[in-house]
Parts: sequence; structure tokens; C-alpha cells
Amino acid sequence: MDYSNFISQLLNGNPRAAARLITFVENDIEAAEEIVNSIYEHTGNAYILGITGAPGTGKSTFISTLIKIYVEQGKKIGIICVDPTSPLTGGALLGDRIRMKQYFSLDNVFIRSMANRGQLGGLARATEDVIKILDAYGCDIIIIETVGVGQSEVDIFKSAQTVVVLLVPGLGDDIQAIKSGIMEITDIFVVNKMDLMGADKKVAEIMQMLEFRKNYKYDSKDISKKYAKIELWTPEITKVNSKIGENFDELLGLIDKHKGFLEESGVISNYMKNRITNETMQILKHKLTQKIEDLLNSDEEIGRYIDQAIKKSLDPYSIANLIIKILGLE
Amino acid sequence: MTEYDKIKQDKEEWEKSISLKKERKQSFKNLSEIEINRLYTPNDIKDFNYALDLGFPGQYPFTRGAYPNMYRGQLWTMRQFAGFGSAMQTNKRYKFLINHGNTGLSVAFSLHTIYGIEATDPRALGEIGKEGVAIDSLKDMQTLFDGIDLSKISTSMTINGPASILLALYIVTAEKQGHTPEELRGTIQNDILKEYIAQKSWIFPPEPSMRLIIDTIEYCTKHVPQWYTISISGYHIREAGSTAVQELAFTLADGFAYVEAALERGLDIDDFAPRLSFFFNSHNNFFEEVCKYRAARRIWAKHMKNKYGAKNPESMRLRFHTQTAGVSLAAQEPENNIARVTLQGLASVLGGTQSLHTNSFDEALCLPTENAVKIALRTQQIIAHESGVTDTVDPLAGSYYVEWLTNKMEEESENYFQRIEALGGVVPAIKANFFQKEIANASYKYQREIENRERTIVAVNQFDQKEPCSVPLLKIDEEIANEQINKLNKLKEERDNDKVKEKLERLKEAARGTENLMPFIVDAVREYTSIGEIINTLTEVFGTYHEDSIF
Amino acid sequence: MSVDRKIKVLVCKPGLDGHDRGAKVLARALRDAGMEVIYTGIHQTPDDVVNTVIQEDPDAVMLSMLSGSHNALCPLIMDKLKEHGIDDVLVAVGGIIPDEDKAFLGEHGLKGFHGPGTELKTIVEFVKNNLKR
Repeated sequence: MDYSNFISQLLNGNPRAAARLITFVENDIEAAEEIVNSIYEHTGNAYILGITGAPGTGKSTFISTLIKIYVEQGKKIGIICVDPTSPLTGGALLGDRIRMKQYFSLDNVFIRSMANRGQLGGLARATEDVIKILDAYGCDIIIIETVGVGQSEVDIFKSAQTVVVLLVPGLGDDIQAIKSGIMEITDIFVVNKMDLMGADKKVAEIMQMLEFRKNYKYDSKDISKKYAKIELWTPEITKVNSKIGENFDELLGLIDKHKGFLEESGVISNYMKNRITNETMQILKHKLTQKIEDLLNSDEEIGRYIDQAIKKSLDPYSIANLIIKILGLE
Repeated sequence: MTEYDKIKQDKEEWEKSISLKKERKQSFKNLSEIEINRLYTPNDIKDFNYALDLGFPGQYPFTRGAYPNMYRGQLWTMRQFAGFGSAMQTNKRYKFLINHGNTGLSVAFSLHTIYGIEATDPRALGEIGKEGVAIDSLKDMQTLFDGIDLSKISTSMTINGPASILLALYIVTAEKQGHTPEELRGTIQNDILKEYIAQKSWIFPPEPSMRLIIDTIEYCTKHVPQWYTISISGYHIREAGSTAVQELAFTLADGFAYVEAALERGLDIDDFAPRLSFFFNSHNNFFEEVCKYRAARRIWAKHMKNKYGAKNPESMRLRFHTQTAGVSLAAQEPENNIARVTLQGLASVLGGTQSLHTNSFDEALCLPTENAVKIALRTQQIIAHESGVTDTVDPLAGSYYVEWLTNKMEEESENYFQRIEALGGVVPAIKANFFQKEIANASYKYQREIENRERTIVAVNQFDQKEPCSVPLLKIDEEIANEQINKLNKLKEERDNDKVKEKLERLKEAARGTENLMPFIVDAVREYTSIGEIINTLTEVFGTYHEDSIF
Repeated sequence: MSVDRKIKVLVCKPGLDGHDRGAKVLARALRDAGMEVIYTGIHQTPDDVVNTVIQEDPDAVMLSMLSGSHNALCPLIMDKLKEHGIDDVLVAVGGIIPDEDKAFLGEHGLKGFHGPGTELKTIVEFVKNNLKR
């Protein structure tokens, strides 16, 4: 299929072309390859913001308020809402858009819902490609939103420059959820619904948690390698009321501060390196898995190895090594 | 051996004699997923205490009925919900209904009126007069009740977001007819909590909405003493797909929330509680519905007395209107709906309803035609005058099954109250989508059961005839919308716009403070300020509300 | 297989009517049939619907309408879609649609017309069999 028409329309800021291209990259990795090839040089201009929080933390209202402010600043915003695919049926319900529709016109806000299609890490395979399309489409800021926090959600934020995690007063298990997963990659903690009782208590809880983390951080080589930025950046904490936009000035200031930090400290190059490495890994995994699956299903020689394994004269490790040889990856 | 042991033993003997294979299903469940036993005996209501559990009709805990002699004294009000097209068209339908024996009016409003949107607003496109009568101002309201003496009839108005404005319009319409507010009888639905839970036609956020409701309660307590200030509604909760137990529990929980808000305002419970009323659904499972109403009366009475300290029995007496379940009507072979409505109507009468709307059989297809409306009203008259069920009070009491199920529904409701309490009350539970999720799960399950033939709906999933439908349909003239728009534009040229502006300014100022807004609204409508103008003014102060989540 | 095609469906309620039981039940049924369902719920203006279609690029749009405003709103949605050059999306309307309106809506390219009591699997099959791409 020839995508050049769509691509030139995309570069002219046509939302329908952006939407069609997103569908192509979602459905077909070969299409993704071709499209990314053509648009890659037009990317790199958008600032990417990751936003997550447990259900009930008011993510959508928060993002709506953020969008409103950015739109008033004359910015063009892209939002990618990622929801889980049901492992049982392969279907998904994508309902985040419902809460973001007010006040925005087609020209300056592009919202796209995505199902993760079973991808581990909470990330739709194509999220990286969708970011690029929205980047080339002319978005100044791209927000990636995901439901829930926990170990499996971490991957999404390898693509984000700044990661914001939402919490709310009262909800008890959100701190636990953060501890078990996303704490190490959070740049800004936001206590939403600050008008509710217990907002300050929640801030104190996060501070306490970060104190623990300090020791933890220096002990763990692994984490500091993966997310080098946190060694130099102490996560910020703030509170807001998204319903009335209270304290968003401070929040925006913190996002800018983090952005400035990334550039001044040079961590940004580390981030870019990690991001591209990660993305390449993802593509490789996908491509190799594909090749291996094709091989397993069609290659007669491998069929014979498997027969031998059934007779116990060959074990699965040996088959794997033979396949690596066939692929020339030794 | 006690009598109970003997029954238990005999029942076991008897059960051995039945071949279980002969039963049609492995388990029998009602619509609330309550497992129904093969047979009920005194053992199922061992702790039954007549005085505590039932008492006498019209007395605490009101299980047997709200009033002492029930339908031997006075039949329920046959109140057919009606409204469509223009005020003039609906006025004609009302006169038709009154001539055929309707004893109360029940106004259905156009969707644009329900949201307080002016007919001229683009959002009103396609909606004007379709689902109810189009009302924009006092002028329309005067047309609607033209030739109907408002001191003689009671009127129920299904209106929530702008309920205070419609009440004001009714008061001023009566005033123009020469009647004082003290003479007026009727109800405004005014139940905003169930809008967030189920029906979704809210305007403002919950907090200012609650303020407006308590304003109307306070105002009516002082000035419109015969008016029922809220009709706390389970109907829509059920229509949204809840079970009977959910309908019961969520509705009463809403009721308690209004009581608590009024107490917080400093009102005396025995001043306002007697003017609260309820509105329930009547669905397909006959006994479940009967027991739902009986349980509702008992739960309300107990809570009002024990939890909220009511002294006046009037405050503990739960009165309710019933409408048969719109959601149960089938589009296939629509005439079968007449039989469904008959059973549903009968259940509500055996449950002791104070007023009843029976649905017209064609409502799954369109707005009811005059003939279908007449059959629905005739159905009520047949139950009232031919069936004999009105000859004695609460005829099903004492049935082991009925008393067991009444107890069971009360128990399950109390469980729900605890869960709501744990979430911090009704408003926080709404914001946490508790109700919405419970209902969405129940409705999906019900639909699945129908499709899997676990539940039978005649001529829908069983005995399917696939006959083409051939009932005549009522069509709303698209011209109505244009007329309504012209009327509103003309009105704005004719009225004293300086006065309108002044009244709106005063309303806005009051809204910013804590004063009761009713007097300001009454003043504004008197000057022919439109409903939309009042709502827009209040929105500037109160803001709007958007649903937070969906499933 | 490099192609991971999913049927993507938009379920929504144009107009002011708030009776969303049917729309929600349908959304779940489509999900359970393996589709990706975008649910935008109640109070959608024609522009809201069209903007969502432009950005989300669904294969099908299911409009649930019970209040009688279908003749005013559905053709408007179709016109606006056409203005944006969108002609490969299945647009179906269900709910309370009297027979005599079906021809009129059909002329504007609308399909479906599933009424109360329709089995969910009928609608699921309908979507699968009537996609335009």
C-alpha cells in the first residue's frame, strides 16, 4: 500500500490522515516500518508527558485541565489513552475520551484511544509509532495516559520525558502500588483533589516513601543504570484541584523545571539513548519472534527436531540453539 | 419435638417423595438473583413477630400498608404520565384523560426543558416536544393548564435539574388562575441523586443541586404545605438495568441522603419528612415486586424512627407512586405488553401503591397513541373494580414465601446501606461510580441470561413469531420545534426585558450566597423569564457536571 | 502474522436522552466479541460524533437513539462525515426507530435499525458482516 498521500497530508496537519496512519501502524508492523521510515526526520519536536494513576485518582479531569491550559498557551496537544485488552476475548473498552471532550476543537487537540493488545508493560506495541505520527502531525506536547500503576505499566514511560503520577487523599492502596512498581521512574508526584481532607497527609506519605527510596536508590546499581535520571533528580511533589484548575501554575512550573533539568544535566541524551535502545529492542523482539514462529511452523528440519524431542533424544534447549544457528545469530 | 422440628422432618420426608429430575430448572432465581426454594413453611420465618414485623396497616412499621383501610377507603390515583408536542396538544390529551377517569395529572417534559435548554439552543435540535411537552416559560405553562382548575387536581411533574423552576411556574400559573400556593397539591420529582446514578439528566454538580432541593423543601414546608417536595425515584435506577434489590436499596439510600441534608440545613424532621414521597418501578417478577414495596415501607419507617429520631408517624409513612417497567416492554408482538402491564400493575396494587401509571403497549415502538393510553388506563380500572383485590388490605401477608422474601430483601438492602456508608455516603459513592458499576453489571448479566435462554421473554427469545409489527404509531410533527422557537422569540420581544434582567441579577447574587433561591426564582418566572435563562444564570455560579466514568 | 487487525467500533448516544442502558450493554457485548470499543456515552452533538470518528478512525459507528431525534441528528452526522471525506465507515442507528423513518434514514446511508429486544449477537454479527473496509 502507498502511504505517501496520507503522509503528505499528515505533514500538513490533516487530522484524518493522522488517524488513518495510526490505524495502519496499529494493525500492521510492516506498514509501521514504512510509515516511520518516511516521517522519522519530521519527529523530535514534541515534548512527551507520561501520566498515570490508579482508578479514581481523577486522571481524565486532570488531563482535561492540563489540555485547557496548554490550548490557551496556543499549543497543539496529542493525547494517547492506553487501556488494557481483555486477555479472554481480545476485546477492549476504551472510555477515557468521554471525559475529555469539552471545550476542544479538532484543530488543536487530537485524542486517540488505544488498546494494549496484550502487550506486556502496558504499552501497545505501536505506541512509539503513534507518538511519532502525532509528533510529525505537529503536536507540541504529547500526553500518554495509562490506567493504574504497577510493575507492568512501567514500559510506557520509557517513552516519556517527564512522568507524572497522580494520587488522591484517602485512597490507601495507591502508595503500595507505586512502591511496587513505578516509584523509580516518577518525576513529579501530584496529589489531586487537594480540596479533600487528607491531602497534606498524602503529601507526607509520599515524602516518607521517597526518604526510604534514597537509600534504596544508591544500593541498587540496576535501577540507576536503567533510569539514570533519578540519581540526579529528586522527584517533586505538589497538590492540585483539577476541577477548578487550582495550583496548576506550580505544576506547570515543575514540569518546566524537570524539562530544564533534563537539558542542563545532559540526562536528556541518556534518555534518548535508552528510549531508542528500548524501541529497537521491542522491534527486534517482535521481528525475531515472527521469524521464529514462521520457522517453527514451516521448517521441516525443525519439525524433525521436535519429533526427536518427543522421543527424548533432543531437549528444547538444544532445539533453541539449533534455531539460533539456522538464523545465523550465533 | 417442637412444631418447627416436626415441620422440618415432615418436609424432608416429603422432599424424598419428589423426583428432582422432574423440575424444569436446576435452580430458580428471581431478578435480584435471590435463590427461590421449592416450598416455604413456617420454618422459613421462624422469628416472625406479627407486631414487630407487620403491625397494622397505617401503623408503624407500615409493612401492611401506608393507610389503615387502604383501597377500601380510597383507590390509588390513576395517574397516566403524559406530555408531548406543544403545550396546546398536551392540554388536549389531559382533558381527554380527565374525561376518561384519570384522577391526577402527570407531566412528561420535553428533553430540552429537562435540561433547562432554550428551544433556540442548537443542542435542542431534534428533541423539542419528542419525549414530552415543550415548556420554555410561563406562557407555555399557562397554555398547558388552560381550562384545568389547579386547585381541584393534583399534578405530578417529572422534572429534576430545573425542578425548582417548574414548581415556581406552577405556583405562578395557579396564581394567575386566582389560587394561592396553599391550595396546590402535587409532586415535583426533584430527585437529583438518581440522575447521577441512572437517568443522567443532571445540570449542576451534586452539591449545588442538593442545595436547590433543600431550598424547595424549605420553601414548600412554609408556603406550599400540601406539595410533595421530592419523589425519590427508583424507577429510573431499575430502567437503567438494576435488580429489584438494587432499586430498593439505592432509592432508600438516596432518601436518607436527602433527609440528612435537610437536617443539616436545620429543618425539623417532622416538618419536612411527611412531604417526601417515593416512586418505584414494577417489573416482571410478581412476588419480588410485591415484597419490594412491603420491605420499602418497613425499612423507611425503621430508619426514620430509630436513626433520624422522627416522632410523627407521618414522617415514617412511606408513600409511593408506581410505574410499570418501560424496559420490560417488547417491540415484538407488542400487544403482549398488555398482559405484562396487567401483572406489573397488579403487583404494585398488592404492594400497596398510592398511585399508578400503567404503560401503553406500544411504548417500545413510539410515544403512546390515544388508543393505547386508553387500554392502559382501562387495565387499572379492571384491577380496581373487577378483580376483587381491593376488597381487603395487604391480602398476601402471612404467606410464608411473601414474608420470607420481604425479610430477605430488607436484609440485602441493609447490606447495601453498609457498603454505601463505607464509601462515605451517597454523593461520594456516586463520584466513585459505585452505583453506576453495580447497575451496569446487573443489566449486562440480565441481557446475557435472556440471550442464553436462562430467562424467558415470551415472543422475544421463546415462542418467537417474528410477526411484522402493525400498530399505528404516534408521530410528532417536526413543525412543533419551529413553533416553539418562534413563540420564545416573540415572547422575548413582548415582555419587559429590563425587569427580566433585574430579576436574573438578583437571582445570581443570591446564588452566590446561601439564601433560599425559591423566592428569587418565583419572581423571575413571573416576568416571563425563560427556564433556559434561569439555568444559564445559575450555571454561571454553580458550574456544570460531567460524568467521571462509565463502566 | 504481521497484521493484527481488530474491529474498532464507536458506541455513542447523540442528543439529550440519557437512557444509556442499551448503549452500555451493547458496548460490552462488542468488546466480548473481541472488538475494540470506544464508548463516548451520552449527550454527543453531531460535531462531537464526527470529531471522534475523525480522530479514532473506527470501522463502525453505532448510534443509540430513543428520544425521537434521529431524523434530525443522524442525517446531519452523515453530512458532516461526508464533508470530511469519510465514506468507508459503517454507521448504524438503533433504539426506537419507527418503520416509516427507516427508509428516510436509509437514504442518508444509515443502517441497522435494531430495536429493543434485539439479541446482542444479532448486532455483533451485523457489525461483522457490514463493515465497509
